[in-house]
Amino acid sequence: MAVRLTLRDKEFTVNPGTTIRQALKLVGIQPESVIPTRDGELITDDEILKDGDHIRLIAVISGGSL
Amino acid sequence: MRCRKCGEKAAINMRQHKLALCGTHFLDWIPEQTQRFIEKYRMFGEDSRILLAVSGGKDSLALWDVLQRLGYQTTGLYIGLGINEYSMRSQEMAEKFATENDLNLTVVDVADEEGATIPEASKLTERGKGKPCSVCGLTKRHMMNRVAREGGYDVVTTGHNLDDEVAVLFGNTLNWAVGYLARQGPVLEETAAGLVRKAKPFCRFYERETAAYTLLRGINYIYEECPYAEGATSIYHKELLNQMEEVRPGLKLSFYLSFLRAKESGLFVQESTLAKSKLAQCRTCGQPTTAPDQCAYCRTWDGVRKRRVTTREGETR
Repeated sequence: MAVRLTLRDKEFTVNPGTTIRQALKLVGIQPESVIPTRDGELITDDEILKDGDHIRLIAVISGGSL
Repeated sequence: MRCRKCGEKAAINMRQHKLALCGTHFLDWIPEQTQRFIEKYRMFGEDSRILLAVSGGKDSLALWDVLQRLGYQTTGLYIGLGINEYSMRSQEMAEKFATENDLNLTVVDVADEEGATIPEASKLTERGKGKPCSVCGLTKRHMMNRVAREGGYDVVTTGHNLDDEVAVLFGNTLNWAVGYLARQGPVLEETAAGLVRKAKPFCRFYERETAAYTLLRGINYIYEECPYAEGATSIYHKELLNQMEEVRPGLKLSFYLSFLRAKESGLFVQESTLAKSKLAQCRTCGQPTTAPDQCAYCRTWDGVRKRRVTTREGETR
């Protein structure tokens, strides 16, 4: 098994044992631009990913006419 | 990571403040800080009549929730832009929040008022060169001010967060747009010419924080991005600033606060005075403008209506 990260309609697979922050950088996502959640709970990005984890990333950047 | 206040598991870590908080303490911290900013920047008082611009997105709904929790008198204003499914869904979110919290919401529809939706208008004007964001921003600002004036509100509040503010600041600095820099800040004062006071109580919260607040409060907001926001300069600037923030936590906040201090010490006094002295009334709508005759809003929409008629006549020939 591995760790799944989903952001909108994109899915990434990473190995367990790293922090969420490291995993985000690995797949090219800016940690500042998302909020990680697991089972609907907000978690901080220093959490070590475990085998079988599914991390849902909530995008926070919005734009257009500011 | 543990909550600094209670030692429970943290829900959010705010690296710029070196502060991690659990859900419960974060939900207390946001209104406390909002109240602090309202007082620090003298945004409005406890008896002020507040018109709150609501888009159905995370920032405006979070702000409405916080101001309601703090006991302020607010009326929401939703502006229907006519951006197909996106506008319908965002209006639903705004209406649902208002109903569930027993709050007043005024809805104004651009197509009903001006005869065309924002996407239609953007195709019929040079403004924004085919991208609707420019017409959209102009129209929203005009309508907010008009509704606030007609309704006798003391202040218009918007959910702009720190990322919004620094993205605009960054863009204006790159262009040395001193006129715009002079006008940017947590509060835009009312003017004798008819601009209603504007305030941004969330101007010091990072975008992650307003998003975390809505999630922890269980507020449903429109998660999808506006279809026209893709490729927007503001988003590009936010991404660049986040890259820098990643290496230097607190850079965005420091950029904004340094700018406010520079402004307070008189950096843009000349431009600010000049802009105020130039304000006149638009001959069509009566709203303030720096143009000598008609404001940008009336010029743009008059142009849209004329081109619409011409296009229709062309089609029937």
